[in-house]
Amino acid sequence: MNQSRSWRARGLAAVGISAALLLAACGGGGPGGEQGPTTQAGASGFNAGSTTVVNPSDKKGGTLKFANEGDWDTLDPGETYYAYSWNFSRLYGRSLMMFKSAPGKEGNQLVPDLAEGPGQASSDAKTWTYKLRQGVKFDDGTEVTSADVKYAVLRSTDKQTFPNGPAYWEGQLDLPSGYKGPYKTPNMNTDSAIETPDKYTIVFHTKKPFAAFDYLAQQPNTMPVPQDKDTGAKYRNTIVSTGPYKFENLQPGKSFNLVRNDQWDPATDPNRKALPDRIEVTLNVNPDDIDNRLISGDLDVAVTALGVQPAAQSRVLQDPTLKENADNPLAARNWYTSINPTVAPLNNIECRKAIMYAMDHTGYQTAYGGQFAGGDLATTILPPNIPGHTAFDLYPAGPDNKGDVEAAKKSLEACGQPNGFETNIAYRAERPKEKATAEAFQQALSRVGIKLALKPYPQGDYFSSYAGNPPYVVKNKLGLALNGWAADWPDGFGFLSQIVDSRVIRPAGGSSNTSVRIPEVDQMLDTALTELDTDRRNQMWGEIDKRVMEEAVIYPGVYSKTLLVRSKNATNIFVTDAYGEYDYLGLGAQK
Amino acid sequence: MTTSALRDLVTRHPGQPDKEPFLEVVDLRVHFPTDDGLVKSVDGLSFALDRGRTLGIVGESGSGKSVTSLAIMGLHTRPASEQKRPGAQLSGEIYLEGDELLGKTPEYVRGLRGKRMAMIFQDPLSAMNPYYTVGHQIIEAYRIHNPVNKKVARQHAIDMLGRVGIPEPSRRVDAYPHQFSGGMRQRAMIAMALSCDPELLIADEPTTALDVTVQAQILDLIRDLQSEFNSAVVLITHDLGVVAELADDVLVMYAGRAVEYGSADLLFNRPAHPYTWGLLGSIPRFDRTQTERLLAIQGTPPSLINVPPGCPFHPRCDYATRNEGRSEEVRPELTPVEPGHTVACHLSQTDREEIWQQEIVPKL
Amino acid sequence: MFAYIVRRLLWAVLLLIVLSMVTFSIFYLIPRLAGASPETLAARYVGRAATPETVHLTAERLGLLDPVPVQYWNWIKGVFTGAEYDYGAGVETCPAPCFGYSFITRQAVWPELLDRAPVTISLVVGASLIWLIAGVTVGVISALRRGTVFDRGAMGVALAGVSLPIFFTGLVALAFFSYRLGITAPGGQFVPFSENPALWAYSLLLPWITLSFLFAAQYARLTRAGMLETMSEDYIRTARAKGLAERKVILKHALRGALTPVVTIFGLDVGLLLGGAVLTEKTFSLNGLGKYGYDAIVQGDLPKILGVTLVAGFFVIIANLIVDLLYGVIDPRVRLE
Repeated sequence: MNQSRSWRARGLAAVGISAALLLAACGGGGPGGEQGPTTQAGASGFNAGSTTVVNPSDKKGGTLKFANEGDWDTLDPGETYYAYSWNFSRLYGRSLMMFKSAPGKEGNQLVPDLAEGPGQASSDAKTWTYKLRQGVKFDDGTEVTSADVKYAVLRSTDKQTFPNGPAYWEGQLDLPSGYKGPYKTPNMNTDSAIETPDKYTIVFHTKKPFAAFDYLAQQPNTMPVPQDKDTGAKYRNTIVSTGPYKFENLQPGKSFNLVRNDQWDPATDPNRKALPDRIEVTLNVNPDDIDNRLISGDLDVAVTALGVQPAAQSRVLQDPTLKENADNPLAARNWYTSINPTVAPLNNIECRKAIMYAMDHTGYQTAYGGQFAGGDLATTILPPNIPGHTAFDLYPAGPDNKGDVEAAKKSLEACGQPNGFETNIAYRAERPKEKATAEAFQQALSRVGIKLALKPYPQGDYFSSYAGNPPYVVKNKLGLALNGWAADWPDGFGFLSQIVDSRVIRPAGGSSNTSVRIPEVDQMLDTALTELDTDRRNQMWGEIDKRVMEEAVIYPGVYSKTLLVRSKNATNIFVTDAYGEYDYLGLGAQK
Repeated sequence: MTTSALRDLVTRHPGQPDKEPFLEVVDLRVHFPTDDGLVKSVDGLSFALDRGRTLGIVGESGSGKSVTSLAIMGLHTRPASEQKRPGAQLSGEIYLEGDELLGKTPEYVRGLRGKRMAMIFQDPLSAMNPYYTVGHQIIEAYRIHNPVNKKVARQHAIDMLGRVGIPEPSRRVDAYPHQFSGGMRQRAMIAMALSCDPELLIADEPTTALDVTVQAQILDLIRDLQSEFNSAVVLITHDLGVVAELADDVLVMYAGRAVEYGSADLLFNRPAHPYTWGLLGSIPRFDRTQTERLLAIQGTPPSLINVPPGCPFHPRCDYATRNEGRSEEVRPELTPVEPGHTVACHLSQTDREEIWQQEIVPKL
Repeated sequence: MFAYIVRRLLWAVLLLIVLSMVTFSIFYLIPRLAGASPETLAARYVGRAATPETVHLTAERLGLLDPVPVQYWNWIKGVFTGAEYDYGAGVETCPAPCFGYSFITRQAVWPELLDRAPVTISLVVGASLIWLIAGVTVGVISALRRGTVFDRGAMGVALAGVSLPIFFTGLVALAFFSYRLGITAPGGQFVPFSENPALWAYSLLLPWITLSFLFAAQYARLTRAGMLETMSEDYIRTARAKGLAERKVILKHALRGALTPVVTIFGLDVGLLLGGAVLTEKTFSLNGLGKYGYDAIVQGDLPKILGVTLVAGFFVIIANLIVDLLYGVIDPRVRLE
């Protein structure tokens, strides 16, 4: 069994290498080679796809097979709210801005898509103007106008119809009070929020400065929706495409195909290669079966990119030929632990620091599955693949990363608790990794006399009723609570706004931010959103990160990594940092 | 052949080749190997039977009566599938009109079963398949040996049911066994057994499960049918009363052997074996007053694995002490007490007659 | 007989109503009694960045703000008279029987159930035939060859079949037969029978065999035990005494009696599986009722849970009725007079 697979794998790897050499030879031949790939020609080997293009190719045609272990949250661009879905939506929809289809950090760059260029901001960063490209058409041949974009954004603010979607638009746009979206309040004038002075111009007005508006503009919410074809909650099954592919044979909960959209004009689109002729997506597939099929070559992409299951994990890591066809990218996610200053004696910063020092950092990593399946040791809140990440380590955990017991003891003395104290640690009962982490805390902290009691809670109500419910936290002395966050988009605001802004904490519970209540940080967030210079703004996210860490209210655990298996049939394989997944826009197919 | 089909000798008489009996069993042994040892259910049994005559085989449960009948039918070789009771070990000879059956293939014997020899079983409820109609089971029996179509077979089944005295046979033919009364079921069973006009009919406790009036009807039926078909009948029972009704000859079995064998007249008038006396004494009689006790046989039947040495009956025999210990040591062979009557007992002729006259008769 | 069936069917309807009430209570009432507010329940059906307003709107849209008996009444009313559903851009009528709309995918439940039932039915019909034939055959041979290598081997395999979980055997079978040898279809394939019977069988072959492996084992053991029992019945001796060939004795007389318990279990197993062969469907990624129900429970999608529970209950009740009727056909002694 192994023999035949490794033979096939080796053969494939050989083909990949020779193709790469061939391309390198062509590209290096002379300055005249205009067909040469824009990115550097493909390396291969373990994790090669995280930074470079593996199997580069411009060959059109072929079919790619995708599988999703669950149902798609929704394909409706106005409601979808998963990174993989945003990544994928670029195949059938065009938003104003988009993440560049490029490997690694380059994928974090925003490029204009439906728009001709980035948003033009007013000096107060509250008015954003985009010019649309001309000649972009829906798959029925009608031309896309600014009204279609406006309608798309407005409909997505109807949270009774689209409760699962991101809430940025209705939060930021200066919508008239009482506005409930185009279905319930169709005749209300919304020019205060969005103006369409002509067919190709759209102007957004925000309530407060929002310097990172281009990041909003890349959301699928700005993918145009023709009002006469909109069917509200049912539109997810009848989506009108603007990208190079349109839907075919969509069977909810089962499968759908993407086929070429003949109304898509490459001349209007510098960002998409649109290599495969066809993409077949199967939903609700057994995750272990997905791994087997990926490894055998029967399947090309596990679309949710959560990484292979534990069974396949060890197989991939132990078999050299399998391993060299796997990638291990960072996801824009931090598995961290909240340290609640509302629970005594953690109201004293020295006691919080004692925890920061005393924890065995490698134990955290092991609990999450080690360096490949778990992730890298985190010392900051922002993961390294997010622009604005600044590397620092305020609480060094000793040379072996197993914790600095001496420093912890000193902090305990400064806190007035030289012999330690007792508190509780909350985690989601359904998640074995969180339980293992809580136990690692328990063990490491006992070295300095801090006694932890484990408190498992059901994950469905974890934030609404327990760890994210401030009165409950105080009453039940939940000093520590396991937590985790992934960026909505690769930007400081996209990562930090929901977890370090004290204003998102709701007295009735439900917020992911349970421990960060620093007025200065709220201020810094607002200031950053007025900064129109991207580099300056990114620097400010790093400062906010550091300021939160100084308060020792978050223990950063691991920057999450996933183990992905590269398709045998796909070409042009690379991971984009924008999503921490293979770039679905770039993939081509051999056959 | 004499009127009594009795043979005084154990083996076939070499001097009478032309007088070959219809059924003859010679030194039959049926042993079952078990985890506890070898069970000698039948251990050296011989008898003979002519057509038109009835042999009654009598004895307690476990004396080997049914095992003998199954051996004749060739039904012992099959249970090889049951690991805990691997097939029986058979030896000796069984002749059906001169045809030795034990040496034949199972398939050959199967061809005889139902056609030349048939059997009526003790409990007609459990002996008939509850899942098929009575008619179906008779038709099946008939068509095994007669290549006729279903319609003909069905008519035959109806005829047979009528002959055994079942009212409205054309309607009852489609009834299931559980829809029949006990007596009716036994009649149906007999109809099934006789459907191919067998020359040998073995009836294993045919009336035990039935009440007394029905019992009499069934016995009458067997008698009538026997004279009609001129079959040889082996009647197996523990009930001497039934034997007295029907049998021409009687064989009394004890612990897998014959202890007394003779014509019914002789045996009932002058029974010679203490065990037979006991059996006779066990028959309840209405003309006897309540105060008189039954002449019960004391003790329990012997183990067939460790059969007592000497006379197997001696531990239960009141008269075993009259032979200077021979009963405990020497196994008695069947010996003639008068023409047409043999017994396997160490009692001297004088003792036997004295005991019979003075001790047994007054109690019967 | 007819009256009996009608009476049983009326009972079935009553039972389904009770079943719906119990299911409804488990998912709607008990959380409320435990102190959950409508908003807490609704919080499961909104995105991760939902505001309290969104949660409230969702609770309103899902009808969770009504008193629980009213919610139940609305639901049951929908089943019999249909319901109306606001999908934002308009209002849609959901014709009776309307089992409601999924809280998450926003699809009407009843058409989805109808859509998925053929998958489960195909899976169960094929697998049940295989396991019945294979199980009974092996059971009969084992009984007749009691104690032999075949018997011990078959019973060993049977034990393995009962003990090994289907998500293990299924995945191993897929990896070996579908991906290594390429002789069976990969997971997640289903071609309707009406479209192409050959492909239908090909796509389901591996799930059939895997599922039947689990059950065949049980049936082999059951048949073997039944055969050993009936083979010692008096009527088997009678059949032999008639001169019946041994093969006919076994197949016609012994098997008939041994099959009574097998048919009973078979009916109940098939009825239970028709409500959803959860593990098989999950392992082979078949979009049948079982996977539908499983996903619904994982997501807390109440209308789906209710719908699939009632369909499963319906199948179990019908299977029970059929088994009871079949009983009379198989065993004349319990035939209704």
